[in-house]
Amino acid sequence: MGVIDSNEIRALTGAPAPGEARRSGVRIRFDGLSKAYAARQVLNDVNLDIEPGEFVAIVGRSGCGKSTLLRLLAGLEQPGAGGIALDGEPLQQTRDELRLMFQDARLLPWRTVVDNVALGLPGSRADVRRAALAALADVGLADRADEWPSRLSGGQRQRVALARALVHKPRLLLLDEPLGALDALTRIEMHQLIERLWLAQGFTALLVTHDVAEAVALADRVLLIEDGGIALDLRVPLARPRERGSAAFAALEDDVLRRVLQHPPLEDEPQPSSAVSFGQWRWAA
Amino acid sequence: MASTISSPSPRWLDQITPWLVPVAILASWQAAAQLGWLSTRILPAPSAVLSAAWSLAASGELLTHLKASFARAAIGFAIGGGIGFFFGLINGGYRLAENLFDTTLQMVRNVPHLALIPLVILWFGIGEEGKLFLVALGVFFPIYLNTFHGIRAVDASLVEMGRSYGLSGWSLFRQVILPGALPGILVGVRYALGFMWLTLIVAETISATSGIGYMAMNAREFLQTDIVVVAILLYAVLGKLADVAARLLERRLLRWNPAYAPV
Ligand SMILES: Nc1ncnc2c1ncn2[C@@H]1O[C@H](COP(=O)(O)OP(=O)(O)OP(=O)(O)O)[C@@H](O)[C@H]1O
Ligand SMILES: [Mg+2]
Repeated sequence: MGVIDSNEIRALTGAPAPGEARRSGVRIRFDGLSKAYAARQVLNDVNLDIEPGEFVAIVGRSGCGKSTLLRLLAGLEQPGAGGIALDGEPLQQTRDELRLMFQDARLLPWRTVVDNVALGLPGSRADVRRAALAALADVGLADRADEWPSRLSGGQRQRVALARALVHKPRLLLLDEPLGALDALTRIEMHQLIERLWLAQGFTALLVTHDVAEAVALADRVLLIEDGGIALDLRVPLARPRERGSAAFAALEDDVLRRVLQHPPLEDEPQPSSAVSFGQWRWAA
Repeated sequence: MASTISSPSPRWLDQITPWLVPVAILASWQAAAQLGWLSTRILPAPSAVLSAAWSLAASGELLTHLKASFARAAIGFAIGGGIGFFFGLINGGYRLAENLFDTTLQMVRNVPHLALIPLVILWFGIGEEGKLFLVALGVFFPIYLNTFHGIRAVDASLVEMGRSYGLSGWSLFRQVILPGALPGILVGVRYALGFMWLTLIVAETISATSGIGYMAMNAREFLQTDIVVVAILLYAVLGKLADVAARLLERRLLRWNPAYAPV
């Protein structure tokens, strides 16, 4: 079977091609990217090209630097050496093109669901609300718009977080284990939701995951990070929608899993990726 | 309740029982006063206290004193609370400000503010400024400390999220940091209201020419125990009202928080 890229799939599913009626995904280039924390070299000379509209999954042992890669892309960390270019231009601090989804939903508890989705949206109140409601409808939660986030289940909160990210019509969506805390059934539903929205909107997607099946189910390309570099760059030549039960799916999943497990686990305790030192969040400091 | 042994009593009885003891105390107090067992100089009968309150209210004297006390409380709270809030914000938000001010403020905090009364009288005489100064000092620290810790306790992951959604400076402060610090700040407000009345009572009792404390001290000179009791009860009512107001504020501002949501 030949490699099927996302544009062909869009043609098959009837979704608009990139550039038609919406902005296409962003092209990413990592150029000799390195990052170290104190003495620990996390990423070492990473060179990588990601095509516009591509869905890329990143797997690897805990603590190998997956979150660090996303945080560098999101501008939450500065690279030690090398750089990142989006569409050929160097990455700036905060970019509208890019949205990040975290492992926890990080909804503001003091804002209603719809106001959470509207966070940071420019425009008049009415326009902002309309856009936020439309995004909520996309994730099937329009009827919960005026409730407090504390009333929602974990999966529903992640759907709100997804709506909040997508309402900005990002050209690049970064997903850092967004489904890690959900049960298996909800996860599969979320896969279908993310795939559908990705096909419809055409953004480039980078998904960090511990779940190899999730990577194979969603991605055009699976990357393995090991020893600070890209140890595996595998295309997933399965047609969409993908059947999890199929032999090809299982074989591919098995391949990737074996490859990940070849490497001995990192000996030191991994830190939670959301740990931020105090100085970083100080507002306006 | 599961922990009680007896069988459940009817609902109306449940509502009445807590009031039985207070009513009994009032009744025996009234009886003791009327039978002459209790000198009116020690404690006048409840009916006498009520009628004293009534005549004070009718003459307009009560309202004048109430207004004077209330104005002092409000102005002192606004000044002390405002300054405390400001220092809490900047010391909580900026490491430099904390290094610069926090140690000094902590040292001042160790001085009980009521110990300053002789000095305050030397500085301001028995004018308004001295009382406002004491009230402001009394509310400053609860507001300062709780604002400071409220800001520090804001969830860092929410701040990071806000930044990654393009918020910064004022918008980040207004949408993420301030609401996140609000539960702590409101705890400070509740404490501060308590300190506010306490300081005012002491300050007005020592030196004043108006206000509830003055009314009480004046009445004491003329052995009008009934008016003294009215003043004490007024302070209690005002304290209770302030507490209720703070609770309502919490209910309203923290209604997103399941712990404060009305059931
Ligand atoms: N702010 C930080 N300060 C110091 N070291 C850090 C910091 N953030 C991450 N690290 C270290 O960098 C390495 C990579 O962390 P990262 O969060 O990218 O791992 P990860 O691949 O996302 O792991 P996981 O799968 O467990 O989330 C880890 O060894 C971690 O301890
Ligand atoms: Mg991580």
